[in-house]
Amino acid sequence: MNIQPPNSSSIKSRFAVKFVQAMKRLSKRRGMGDRYKRYRATRAAARVSLAAAVGPERAWSRAVLRRIKKRRGLIGRTTTNPRRNLRGLVPGGKGMDYCSLLSETAHYITCLQAQVQVMQDMLHLSSP
Amino acid sequence: MSSRRSRSRHAGSSRITDDQINDLVSKLQQLLPEMHNRRSDKKSATKVLQETCNYIRSLHREVDDLSERLSELLENADTTQADLIRSLIMQ
Repeated sequence: MNIQPPNSSSIKSRFAVKFVQAMKRLSKRRGMGDRYKRYRATRAAARVSLAAAVGPERAWSRAVLRRIKKRRGLIGRTTTNPRRNLRGLVPGGKGMDYCSLLSETAHYITCLQAQVQVMQDMLHLSSP
Repeated sequence: MSSRRSRSRHAGSSRITDDQINDLVSKLQQLLPEMHNRRSDKKSATKVLQETCNYIRSLHREVDDLSERLSELLENADTTQADLIRSLIMQ
């Protein structure tokens, strides 16, 4: 089982590069006049860029990259079972054994934290 | 070697020890933000999972909010914006 913690700074820089490239592509795309579309596209770009920055070595990032074509149906039925809730929150969580779920969750959280930091930095850099 | 492999396939997680599970759970507890809890206190696994779920949800919400604000960069695809984004790549 892969228990390597992610290198936060390399995830951040890889994510930043991919995300900015994705935003650049989006800025050239037609149909971005709609505010909600812009938001959805940006959010999708952030999600995919993070998974791409991590690459195929983790189960959660593989799950995200596999689901690019599928519609995002993430909020399932509500449950009070914390383990089942976690499976619904971590990409690919439903197919994992408990041990892998815990390991993937830790990695996923660290990557989300890195993603938030980069996006906050970009926001501050881009405001006049 | 092959018998060990086939046994693990049948028995699923029997080769994973409780210690390994506890270790992974405590690693998760370390990742939780300190605000509402003292990370040094050992919590039940259920509590850690619950708080982990809450934390992931709040991180998702943060990414959503940041995405919305960053999406405004796409509003006017003029040269100013393109230069800005290009300059971010050059960091």
